[in-house]
Amino acid sequence: MLSAWLGATLSGILLGLLYGLAAIGLNLIWGVMNVINLSHGAFIAVGMFASYFMANYLHLSPFLGVFLVLATGVVLGMITYFISLHRIISAPELSTLLATYSVSLIIIGLGTFIFTTNPRAIDITMGSVSVGGTVLPMTRILTGAFSVIFTLWLYYFLYKTWSGKAIRAVSMNRDAAELMGVNTTMSLALAFGIGVALAMTAGALTATIFPFTILSGGGYELKSFVICVLGGLGSPLGALLGGLILGLI
Amino acid sequence: MGKGKTLFWLIPALLIIILIPPVTGSVTTREGVFLILMYVTLAVSLNIILGYTGYVSFGHIVFYGIGGYVAFYLMKFHGIHLIPAMIMGGIGAAIAAFALGEAVLRLRGAFFAIATIGVNEAVKALVNNLNFIGGAEGLFFNFRIYNTYGGATKAIWFSYYTMAALTITTVIAAYLIKKSKFGLGLMAIREDEDAAIILGVNAKRYKSLAYAASALFPGMVGAVFFFKAGNIEPHDAFHLIKSIEMIFMVMLGGYGSVTGAVTGALVYERLKGFLLVNPLFKNLHMAISGVILLLIVLFMPQGIVGFIREKSKKLREMLE
Amino acid sequence: MILQVEDVTKTFGGLVALSDVAFQVEEGEILGIIGPNGAGKTTLFNAISGVFKIDKGRVKFQDRDITSLPPNARARLGIARTHQIVKPLNDLTVVENVMVGACFGKGNASLPAARKKAQEVLEFVGLKEKGEVLAGKLNVPEKKRLEMARALASDPAIILLDEVLAGLNPIEVSSMLKVIKAIRDKGITILMIEHLMHAIMNVSDRVMALVYGRKVSEGTPGEVANDPQVIEAYLGDPDLALKLLKDKRRRG
Repeated sequence: MLSAWLGATLSGILLGLLYGLAAIGLNLIWGVMNVINLSHGAFIAVGMFASYFMANYLHLSPFLGVFLVLATGVVLGMITYFISLHRIISAPELSTLLATYSVSLIIIGLGTFIFTTNPRAIDITMGSVSVGGTVLPMTRILTGAFSVIFTLWLYYFLYKTWSGKAIRAVSMNRDAAELMGVNTTMSLALAFGIGVALAMTAGALTATIFPFTILSGGGYELKSFVICVLGGLGSPLGALLGGLILGLI
Repeated sequence: MGKGKTLFWLIPALLIIILIPPVTGSVTTREGVFLILMYVTLAVSLNIILGYTGYVSFGHIVFYGIGGYVAFYLMKFHGIHLIPAMIMGGIGAAIAAFALGEAVLRLRGAFFAIATIGVNEAVKALVNNLNFIGGAEGLFFNFRIYNTYGGATKAIWFSYYTMAALTITTVIAAYLIKKSKFGLGLMAIREDEDAAIILGVNAKRYKSLAYAASALFPGMVGAVFFFKAGNIEPHDAFHLIKSIEMIFMVMLGGYGSVTGAVTGALVYERLKGFLLVNPLFKNLHMAISGVILLLIVLFMPQGIVGFIREKSKKLREMLE
Repeated sequence: MILQVEDVTKTFGGLVALSDVAFQVEEGEILGIIGPNGAGKTTLFNAISGVFKIDKGRVKFQDRDITSLPPNARARLGIARTHQIVKPLNDLTVVENVMVGACFGKGNASLPAARKKAQEVLEFVGLKEKGEVLAGKLNVPEKKRLEMARALASDPAIILLDEVLAGLNPIEVSSMLKVIKAIRDKGITILMIEHLMHAIMNVSDRVMALVYGRKVSEGTPGEVANDPQVIEAYLGDPDLALKLLKDKRRRG
């Protein structure tokens, strides 16, 4: 009885950490840019596929590949920012909502065209760990651990590096930051890049646990919204806690 | 604002489109025009809250679903005729919107948009779990229901004319709202809600009323659509993509003007038909819609009609 | 008494923006409100027009307690205001902007009546030619006139003018002052915040000074300008005060 409860709780916590990581990506963009990124789910799916192809064709472990996904995500996110958001960043919300939604349409449309909507899964066996009588797959433990690592990394970045501080300054007051010599355009692009990268990273990690299709991102996107509302805007730690709550329910 | 010349050409134009299927007797054309009329009604209705009032109702399809379910339930279990059932469906959707409005319209901007998505998902989940309306399976008509209308074929024609009447009513209503004092208040809210309140606009009440008005007609559309389809299920009734399609149409044609919403719906239906039929684009239609939407948002945010209105002062009164 | 403000207090977090401010306004007078930046002048206007709830005190308008009324209800009763940072309804034409005031303010006009009223008021403030222009396309002095026009179109009993002269050149200032006097001549009570000393001293019947959220002085323009507390707290520099008084005398 107790061990079943413990097992469920532990796996809930590990999953919650992963949800939290995804939500942090959404939260960062929302908090800094006041943009609700409706392409969040699509980028999660991109992360899943990136992980899948690296595992299948490059024979790269998803847990190493995830760093590559993170780096690619930053670049991809920044490119997306300059193409689809830069022009309308000060326009009413409708514009940015629709712009990010069209990005999502493009990604999912192309994804469906290229990969179809057949389910895929990464074939990965890493053994398992027994905790107090319950068996937890190693992949779950690793995804939870990676989620925490990436969250801590984001904290370090936002609070300890110059670029991170610039992003926080921009989130508080865009005009004032500009006057203080912050390159707001680059900061916004970087914030979007990191937000997208975290979404993709979460996707890459999720792909090691669950099977997925190009449409799978949608469900996680919805979870991310719920978490952002639960955890409060603009705080990565809040998002992680929100994720934990959702994981445990 | 001037004297409204828009309706004098817009209504006849719509009537001509409506008359094509009965004149040619083509069932394919009727299906196409039915879809066009449905899109026009949805887009013109959404425009009341989105275009006039400036609130992005992202989950607007929820009202179509609610209206559909209310009407379907009344028709199936109480044998009520389509017309009263449709009116009840519309009123049900409008009441739901008014009640919701009092709660979610406190939120501004993006928060409101997300809340409406949440509302749609919540209602969908609720309906999925309500057994008396069929749960996830949905509800089916016994085809004898169509006997009241003189058989299935006549019933479908009947639903076509009902939709046509509904479309004309919606366009006129949306136009009258825009030209009324109420409409002026809504546009003041859109431009600057705080300023509008200081000028005496009861923004809270106005927003809820606008939301109700913009939900009324989609609720009725849902009733007619699912009557014609013969079945209703949560996935169809609360399909978020349809919400996005509505927004797409309003944006494409031009935010805030009745002609814009009508144009957007027409162009969208043609575009979608073209993309789905053309073998080259068939599998890429989603991605292409995305590209087009992005281009509109980035380079022509005022939409087709808005663009023309900006260029020509003479045409402005014709394109309200 | 058209307006009675009784012991109004408003705090934002730890900051006391208004502290037990009390005063009365007579029907038909122009009451000028002066005070250094951050003295709580605009906060006072917000309290009167109902933008936020006050923590303590009461606001009475025409002997009726309006403390708990929302801003739109107060506008309906006849309290109109302009904003220091102009708030034009950008995508509506100038006429439509003014019509909003006429339709939803005390006048509660129908659309045709509002259109007529808007034309009159626009002529009155000198914006007649701009009627069909989108409000967003106006320049700043024109936007200030539009703010005035919108407020006036509502047929208000009292109008709160928040720095309508700021940022205008001397010619624009004097034409705006004419408009203000003409408003008073229509029998509308005016409460105005202004930084331009010679202007406010010239046009006001009475002046009230706020410093750090407190009323430190109230009286005729001469009395307030001579009040040592005002000179110390607000002007800081007695020489400037002297110059101000000379200004006042010269203009007479």
